Amino acid sequence: MLLGPALGLSAILFSLGVAGVLLRRNAIILFMCIELMLNAVNLTFVALAQLYGASGQIMVFFVMTVAAAEAAVGLAIILAIFRHKQSVDLQNINLLRG
Amino acid sequence: MTQTVFYVFAAFAVVSAALCILQRNAVSAALWLVSTMFSLAAIYVLLDAQFIAAIQVLVYAGAVMVLFLFVIMLLNLGQASSDMRGASSVAATVVIVGLLAIELFALWRYTPRRLASEISQAPAFADPATVFAAGQLAQQDAAARGVVGGLAAPLFQIYLVPFEITSILLLAAIVGAVVLAKRNA
Amino acid sequence: MAFSHVVWLAVALPLAGFLVNGALALWRPEAKRLVSVVGPGVLLGSFVVSLGVLVELWREPPHAPLVVHLWSWLPVDRLQVAFAFQVDQLSTVMLLIVTGVGSLIHLFSVGYMREDPGYARYFAYLNLFVVFMLVLVLGSSFPVMFIGWEGVGLCSYLLIGFWFADKVNADAGKKAFIMNRIGDFGFLVAMFFIWRTFGSLDFAHVNERAAAVLEPGGAIVTAITLFLFLGCTGKSAQIPLYTWLPDAMAGPTPVSALIHAATMVTAGVYLVARTNVLFALAPVSSTVVAGIGALTALFAATIGLRQYDIKKVLAYSTVSQLGYMFLGVGTGAYVSGVFHLATHAFFKALLFLGAGSVIHAMHHAYHATHSHEDAQDMRNMGGLRRWMPVTFALMMIATLAIAGIPPFSGFFSKDEILAAAFARGADLPVFYLFYGMGVLAALLTAFYMARLMAMTFMGQNRTGEPERAHLHEAPWIMTGPLVVLGLLSAVGGVLNLPHLVGGHPALERWLEPVMEPGLRITQLVMPTGSTEYFLVGAAVAIGALGLFLGFRTTLGRPTPPAREAPADTGLSLVLNRKYYVDELYDAVIVRPLAWVSRVVLWRGVDQRLVDGVAVNGSAWAARVVGGGLRLLQTGQVGVYVVLFLVGALWILRAVIR
Repeated sequence: MLLGPALGLSAILFSLGVAGVLLRRNAIILFMCIELMLNAVNLTFVALAQLYGASGQIMVFFVMTVAAAEAAVGLAIILAIFRHKQSVDLQNINLLRG
Repeated sequence: MTQTVFYVFAAFAVVSAALCILQRNAVSAALWLVSTMFSLAAIYVLLDAQFIAAIQVLVYAGAVMVLFLFVIMLLNLGQASSDMRGASSVAATVVIVGLLAIELFALWRYTPRRLASEISQAPAFADPATVFAAGQLAQQDAAARGVVGGLAAPLFQIYLVPFEITSILLLAAIVGAVVLAKRNA
Repeated sequence: MAFSHVVWLAVALPLAGFLVNGALALWRPEAKRLVSVVGPGVLLGSFVVSLGVLVELWREPPHAPLVVHLWSWLPVDRLQVAFAFQVDQLSTVMLLIVTGVGSLIHLFSVGYMREDPGYARYFAYLNLFVVFMLVLVLGSSFPVMFIGWEGVGLCSYLLIGFWFADKVNADAGKKAFIMNRIGDFGFLVAMFFIWRTFGSLDFAHVNERAAAVLEPGGAIVTAITLFLFLGCTGKSAQIPLYTWLPDAMAGPTPVSALIHAATMVTAGVYLVARTNVLFALAPVSSTVVAGIGALTALFAATIGLRQYDIKKVLAYSTVSQLGYMFLGVGTGAYVSGVFHLATHAFFKALLFLGAGSVIHAMHHAYHATHSHEDAQDMRNMGGLRRWMPVTFALMMIATLAIAGIPPFSGFFSKDEILAAAFARGADLPVFYLFYGMGVLAALLTAFYMARLMAMTFMGQNRTGEPERAHLHEAPWIMTGPLVVLGLLSAVGGVLNLPHLVGGHPALERWLEPVMEPGLRITQLVMPTGSTEYFLVGAAVAIGALGLFLGFRTTLGRPTPPAREAPADTGLSLVLNRKYYVDELYDAVIVRPLAWVSRVVLWRGVDQRLVDGVAVNGSAWAARVVGGGLRLLQTGQVGVYVVLFLVGALWILRAVIR
């Protein structure tokens, strides 16, 4: 049973996703890194579903749905921002600054 | 045999992910991410989750990533200049991600036996076969009714309400995306 | 038992009067006719209820005090205080005095205040005062009594400062209020002690259990009674808290008669009589009470000798007579104290109302000629007998009464107190000293009253030629109550005729159920036989001598009018300036307190500590911390992600082992 190796792999993928979020400024690539992290988490669900039954896989199902919804809305937001600023560079997006 | 296949796909996934985050070109990054997702789908099969593997390919690698590529090309970001952050950010990234990886990679050493002994109240009953009886039942169920049937039964019985709520979430996401992306909103 | 159970009506009627008059004062101040009906009317209603209560108690004397429970007021764990009224012999006496004298004074006010623009407001306050005074005397427990105690203080403040447009009057009101707070502190502390000791604040419970719970002469009972007496010194104007009462004369004269002579200021005496068993158990406190009483009686009487304002003389006379009452209750002659309270209520109310009648006439005369002379200065009066024969005759009765000339009422009550003090001297020699002070004060009392009468009503008139034509007797609505009070002052002694003259002491027998616990402990034996004859003879002789000297010295030489009078010198000046006690209090207490408040508390504590450190300091700290944290808020998502991950790492470290 591939429990440990699967969890280790998911740890590596998740860390890579975090590294991508920290390193890149392109909002779309940032988004892809987040998808990568979600996939890493899905991998742990599937790995543990071997022990805990179908519930883990159903959770993956839900995560995928949420991820799809998030991608749709997120990309729409990026489109709107791009229209506004002609850029998707996070350095130019600092509306949070009061 | 299974181990070998697993490690091959694992290596492939890690390399693709690393290339994904390091590629300057957004289109190549997206394609490397698709490659990661394919290898993950293969790994799902190795982990007895064939249905998940299928929708991983269909939904993620197919639908979601295509959506990403659409947007990238729509915005014409393919030939963007480097968007890497500066040296101090790289240093901070190395430290943070290093610590995170060290902490998370500790999970690598887990076996069913060790997990069972950790979560079991009485050490004498730390046999994974008894602690994780549900997993074995699920495997028997899948063998009897097929993979999809084993998954569909709980999804439309125990998880019916969350499932319906998910459908509302998707509807809201569709409406939201349309409103946000519409010109002259 | 109908009236006793609806005794709350006696309180509710004036309360209704207060609400009606208060509403009229706010919205229809010109409706004087209605006010004239409502104001005195509700009081007469209360008086009728009181009479009913009296008759019922007379027919069937209750063995235990009747407690009329109205509602549960403070139900807090073991502290259960009911808002209840206690109907017994003592509270009935007070009830009658308050509503009876109160009714007369209300009627008098109708004439006296008729032209005042604040007529409705005046009657609203007066009604409210009666409400609180009745709560005070009827309350069945210390806290309920305290409501009345504080309420009458409030009304006293409102009425002293009734003409508040004049700063002097407003200041006098404040002075009375603040000095009373000092006394109230004592009352409160005494209540705390009583609660700790008895676990109850009901009079019935305390009086019943006192002998069993308290050690006679012990520290606890001494502390309780001394703190209670501190409350009395404030409310009843005894040394050292008496200085507010003379200043309280700034209020309208009927107010002085009702609040500052007949009722409110006697609350202290009532309190001592009500808790007589406690004072009986604390001989030290009783001696202090008697000593303070005797000292006040003498001290105030000397000041009264050289006052020129007619109301000031009466004010110091009131302080002095209150001293007598405390001498009585301190000696253990609780009935005598209450007896003097009653007779004093009659003749002092009469004196004040008579003085009001005089001032009314004087004021009218000066008002008619637009003169700015002082209408209350006795040096501007003289020979008023000619114009005001009724007032003169009635005030003469009161003078004879207060001077202790038989058969007028004051003779009996004052004589009883002095005899009791003399009798007490057999146990404690210091009471011989108190007796001597009392006798000397009686001499001075007769003297200053004779001086007052002589300066006001006899000799040459000094009002001034044009004004003389406007002097006149007061209208019947004012003289009517005077006549009733004159009658009471003359024959009030029958309430408690001593055996000596063949009477039987009705008041003593009447009050026996209430006073019995205290009297049983003090075991005061009143003198009889030749000693009694000697004491009576001495008292009468002293009173007559005082009157004789007073009339002779005042009429023996001409009195110049106020504007021509030479300045007082020597002892006269010291007496006229009231021994400079106000100045002393100002220098010793008020100024240092003001200095500490200004320099230490205001500039030091408030400005530096509170404003500087606490208020501005916390603002400064918030600004510095906020300024530091603001640097984190770059608006850059990357920075937030880094911070978020640092936090996540921190948590992961705890979760993953």
